[in-house]
Amino acid sequence: MSHAVSPAGADAAVAEEPKLSPKAKAALSEGKKAERRLGLLLCAPAILIMAAVAGWPIIYSVWLSLQRYDLKFPDRTEFVGLDNYITVLSNGYWWNAMWVTVVITVVSVAIELVLGMVLALIMHRTLVGRGIVRTSTLIPYGIVTVVAAFSWRYAWTPGTGYLAETLAGGDPVLTEKVPAIMVVTLAEIWKTTPFMALLLMAGLALVPDDLLKAAAMDGATAWQRFIKVMVPVMKPAILVALLFRTLDAFRIFDNLFVLTAGSQGTSSVSMLTYNNLIKGLNLGIGSTMSVLIFIAVAIIAFVFVKLFGTAAPGSDGGGRR
Amino acid sequence: MRGTGHRLAAAGGAALIATSVLAGCGSGDGGITINVYKYPQESFQKIVDNCNATADGYQIVYHKLPREADGQREQMVRRLAAEDTDMDVLALDVTWTAELAKAGWIKEFTGQAKSEVEDGTLETPLDTARYEGKLYGAPDNTNVQLLWYRGDLVPTPPKTWDEMIEMGSQLKAQGKPGLVEATGKQYEGLVVLYNTLVNSAGGQILDENGTKAVVDDGAVKALEVLKKFATSDVVDPSFSNFAEDQARLAMEGGNAAFMLNWPYVYAAAQKVPDFAKNLKWAPYPSIDAGDEAEVTVGGINYAVSAFTQHSEESFDAVMCLRNAENQKFAAINDGVPPTIESVYDDPEMAEPYPMRDAILETLKSASARPRTPAYQNVSTVISTILSPPASIDPQATADRLRTELQDALDSKGVLP
Repeated sequence: MSHAVSPAGADAAVAEEPKLSPKAKAALSEGKKAERRLGLLLCAPAILIMAAVAGWPIIYSVWLSLQRYDLKFPDRTEFVGLDNYITVLSNGYWWNAMWVTVVITVVSVAIELVLGMVLALIMHRTLVGRGIVRTSTLIPYGIVTVVAAFSWRYAWTPGTGYLAETLAGGDPVLTEKVPAIMVVTLAEIWKTTPFMALLLMAGLALVPDDLLKAAAMDGATAWQRFIKVMVPVMKPAILVALLFRTLDAFRIFDNLFVLTAGSQGTSSVSMLTYNNLIKGLNLGIGSTMSVLIFIAVAIIAFVFVKLFGTAAPGSDGGGRR
Repeated sequence: MRGTGHRLAAAGGAALIATSVLAGCGSGDGGITINVYKYPQESFQKIVDNCNATADGYQIVYHKLPREADGQREQMVRRLAAEDTDMDVLALDVTWTAELAKAGWIKEFTGQAKSEVEDGTLETPLDTARYEGKLYGAPDNTNVQLLWYRGDLVPTPPKTWDEMIEMGSQLKAQGKPGLVEATGKQYEGLVVLYNTLVNSAGGQILDENGTKAVVDDGAVKALEVLKKFATSDVVDPSFSNFAEDQARLAMEGGNAAFMLNWPYVYAAAQKVPDFAKNLKWAPYPSIDAGDEAEVTVGGINYAVSAFTQHSEESFDAVMCLRNAENQKFAAINDGVPPTIESVYDDPEMAEPYPMRDAILETLKSASARPRTPAYQNVSTVISTILSPPASIDPQATADRLRTELQDALDSKGVLP
């Protein structure tokens, strides 16, 4: 934990930065060069395997997305250029799914951030039964998503479910679009808030106690200490937590698959891709959607890293700005 | 009651897992194993045992597929796409023939096997196993919906949809149960209902070759009938959420006078004797007076995987699994209508199958669902666009169907 050693907040980190850069330009000696070559050689097998298992499928799906490739019509496979992209991007179902995905992502991540922060503070401050508190908070995250989703589904099914009877007055909420999306979002929040809390708690550990005490001495209220001291210091941890959760939420599949299977226009982009790829056997259109999701995820990551300055956990806080 | 049911179901589930694990162990003993993949059918293991007793040089092993049709298709299709050699015989829904045949995943029935299947099998189910003039399956069971009605409320069953809606309204006006139950949920059941209406109106959804979306005047007429029904006062308020079983339970619950459903409801009703004694059946209502309804045919055909390593034994196993004796056994024990005509005349069928003449009669004028390799897409498009049926706007809905169905046929469509 290099963070714990450096005492200062975000401003100090920026001031230190220039000192680190000059050494990169120095010429390498013979020994150093040989060492580097050996290093590359040792890395090579791992890189080759990564290229085979991660790189090749990506390239292959891009290639598939440029073809009419439908397992139902094997003799009509042909290269169609960007036709599949035009088809998907001009299709109402795709944009509906995109909209549903964005709504679920934004709403669930926002609520998770607030709840996660509260949980993190509780876990951080607890003095008695710390183990019990932390463990019980993490239970939802420990349950297999599909299993949890099934219990949500039964809970919301009229006749068998306690939630449907008590909260929805016996209405089949999962068969209507807006209520179903709300239920899916709720299940998602319940499931992943602990994960958010865990990441934020790691951030809380960065906040030096002395700083908080000093602020208190200067007359800052609890809220001011939270907003003006804790949040700025925690910013890298918050951004990482947000990035992870946004990427995760954007690819939502298992909860939706069990709860609505995408009926009544509740498909997310992943659900839609699955339906076209696995159910529809349309490798062309399905791969096009996969590639589009890949691009969307890349954009989200880019925005977080470049615009908000999120740094990978472990690297220096606020390193890139 | 409910608690016991659940516990039984759990025990059943555990037993299922145990048997499938044991079956998995047993298949490695050197002899030829014919792996049959079929939906969970209660007495099917008995049929397999019967066949194994007489099988020459091979043993059949029954692998249960998921309960829902989508799950069954997905599992088989995924393994077939990967050219899995461990699947030999597949129980296919009648609507999957074209897709699997076109993809080259199932074998054609030729020569001896073909003539054996065609001999004595009813024409309508047999036709569902054909694609582009070739035979790709052996019909195991078939199915058609009938009109079920309350004999104590309705002296003579209605002949047309208009009559049925009229009768229901009158019953309601008298303060009696008058609802009409049908499958309006966004799934295959809605497609079955719509397909029956289109064919009864003399219309077409796709052309003969299944390459062009027609959606002609008959199809528009069918939309009008569906819309009229869905917005009438005899439709169940939950119509747009009802699959077969919910419709059946609603009728058993006592609010409805009519129901359009498969024959299994007769066997199921026997658990409610007060209701069963008044449950009567009649041919499906038509659209125009004097016309016959052309009811959508359902059912299961056996196909042989193109990747099997034991082709001869697989065809042999299919012949045994679907022979007259075993079809009768399944009809009596599982309530699935046979596809071999002579089975209907068997005296043992009279008691569990009092409606067999109505089924035979309906089968003769029955209609198939659109025949195209893209059926899954076609079906999804239809059920999505028709949901909920009350918001159908006949001409506009027909136009939308035509465009989106054509896209689906050209692999350009996006599945919702």
